[in-house]
Amino acid sequence: MTPLLDVRSLVKEFPPRRRREPPVRAVDGVDLALVAGEVYGLVGESGSGKTTVARCILGLAQPTAGTIVYDGLDLGAADRPTLRRARRELQLVFQQPAAALDPRMTVSQLVAEPLRTHGLARGAALRDRIERLLAEVGLSAALLSRYPHELSGGQCQRVVIARALSTSPRLLVLDEPTSALDVVVQAQILNLLLELRAQHGLSFLLISHDLGVVGHLSDRIGVMYLGRLVEEGPAADVLRSPKHPYTRALLSSRRGRGSASLDTAPPLRGETPPPWAAPGGCRFHPRCPLRERLGSPPLCEREEPHLDDGGHAAACHFLEAAS
Amino acid sequence: MSVLLEIDDLAVDFVRDGRVATRAVRGVSLELSAGEALGIVGETGCGKTVTGLSILRMLPPTARTRGRIAFNGLELLELPERALRDLRGRRISMVFQAPGTSFNPVFPLGRQLQHVAERHLGLNRRESARLVAERLREVGLPDPERTMRLYPHELSGGMLQRAMIAMALLCRPSLLIADEPTTALDVTLAEQILRLLRSLQRELGFAVFFISHDLDLVGDFCDRVAVLYAGRVIESGPAAELLENARHPYTKALIAALPRHGRPGAALETVSGNVPAGLEEPPGCAFAPRCPIAAAECLTGPPPLTLTGDRAVACYRWDAA
Repeated sequence: MTPLLDVRSLVKEFPPRRRREPPVRAVDGVDLALVAGEVYGLVGESGSGKTTVARCILGLAQPTAGTIVYDGLDLGAADRPTLRRARRELQLVFQQPAAALDPRMTVSQLVAEPLRTHGLARGAALRDRIERLLAEVGLSAALLSRYPHELSGGQCQRVVIARALSTSPRLLVLDEPTSALDVVVQAQILNLLLELRAQHGLSFLLISHDLGVVGHLSDRIGVMYLGRLVEEGPAADVLRSPKHPYTRALLSSRRGRGSASLDTAPPLRGETPPPWAAPGGCRFHPRCPLRERLGSPPLCEREEPHLDDGGHAAACHFLEAAS
Repeated sequence: MSVLLEIDDLAVDFVRDGRVATRAVRGVSLELSAGEALGIVGETGCGKTVTGLSILRMLPPTARTRGRIAFNGLELLELPERALRDLRGRRISMVFQAPGTSFNPVFPLGRQLQHVAERHLGLNRRESARLVAERLREVGLPDPERTMRLYPHELSGGMLQRAMIAMALLCRPSLLIADEPTTALDVTLAEQILRLLRSLQRELGFAVFFISHDLDLVGDFCDRVAVLYAGRVIESGPAAELLENARHPYTKALIAALPRHGRPGAALETVSGNVPAGLEEPPGCAFAPRCPIAAAECLTGPPPLTLTGDRAVACYRWDAA
């Protein structure tokens, strides 16, 4: 199947903190493909580069290298009008719903904005469309004249989703869509997203640090560490039988496993280094519990492991030893 | 075990322009034994942080506090400010969510910790430096002498959170109030900090008042859990038991809303609506408008927190269904 979104060898560098230092690589060679109707969950801790990947896909950041092909269209090579049309089908839902909404605009104006920008509706048709969008995200028309500060966090996120839906997108990039919300509201928003996906055949690129959320929504999962994908596969496989030692550590960092689990050694020591101090070889090697167990084989420091394409794969030199 | 902290019918209002603008806490009673870890769970606005801050009277001047808080026989709400200052950071300490904003950016870390030791324990500079180095080593910070010379911005989030714990435990308090101590941290780091807190608690025997929105986390860390809704305790009991067999429909809703309890791709069980805001006071049980098992009796008045064994629940109908 041709993927709806095909990201190849994506690299994004940022200028160094000091002159004469090399640029900072936030994303360092990411391949990622998403077929129509699929939910792809991108997991990682802060600094893993997951948000930068999303920003590159949406054209909010200019990739340093690599290609992003959406529905057969190379976004890096397309002209402006073509890009504009593609952007209509690619929409974004941010983490902080309140910050994503202009505080001086009413709900009605906020939902109308993308429709006006893309020239999709006006007059009575516009009003009609706004009301239908609100109903679709579960908001009453009574909120039309309200301002964002008069709404709860969950209602704000519904407005953000209504805005994203207004241009009839095919792919929604969801960047931590529920991490600012309480658990009950989170469940409501997750349910809404699942419903919208079923109704419209939407695809999601879901970015989150929360394995519970990602596992609940995703068909495939990619795990990022320091700018690279270290594991990828069908969601159930990755969650049930993780291959990479980092994914294993993430999974055993989940809570709700009983009091005694806190009396054992932590699954990982240390912190993720900043991208300008990424270690050579396998970039996980200084923190890797598997490498320690194997007596620090020199290969881990010498050579960057490769992530195979397709199926369930992990970028680790010692996968057999891990299982 | 002896009762260390007793909160009795605590109510906190916030006033604006001479009028009550928010009723944050509406009659909370809690008990904490020496050495025990009590988890306070609830959603944003349920009153958990305000309850925590009222113990050391750290609320802004717009707060109006009623009720009683007793710590080791001391009436905290009536204590003169000077006596309270001797208590803060010495016998009761706090650890906050954002380690980055909890230190003064213009002083080296060591100085800030030494100040606590000098103020509370009457140590001189040399003695305090030695004690601080020892305490930093205890929380797993390598090379404490060097760390002490660093400014907060030169430390990572994980190192700062460790330093905050070292500062809180510097004088060996008998109560630690931890308000979302790992919420701002990445998961693998949060695990390190939780285990550190757990092992220090085992070793030093202090009690923990653990505030969190994360039911799973509190369930693992704490001995007992109290669930707050709209400024009241609606259920409490031993942590593992409460999570496994919740009685209050709101606690049940909180648990069912966790994605790990759902089938992947299927709708999660949830309740509709929002937490009542500000001054809203539903005529009966505050949860009734959202409650799946509410009936006429639920509108008669707020249900009392009724104790059976070591479990308590504030619901007229929890055993009706």
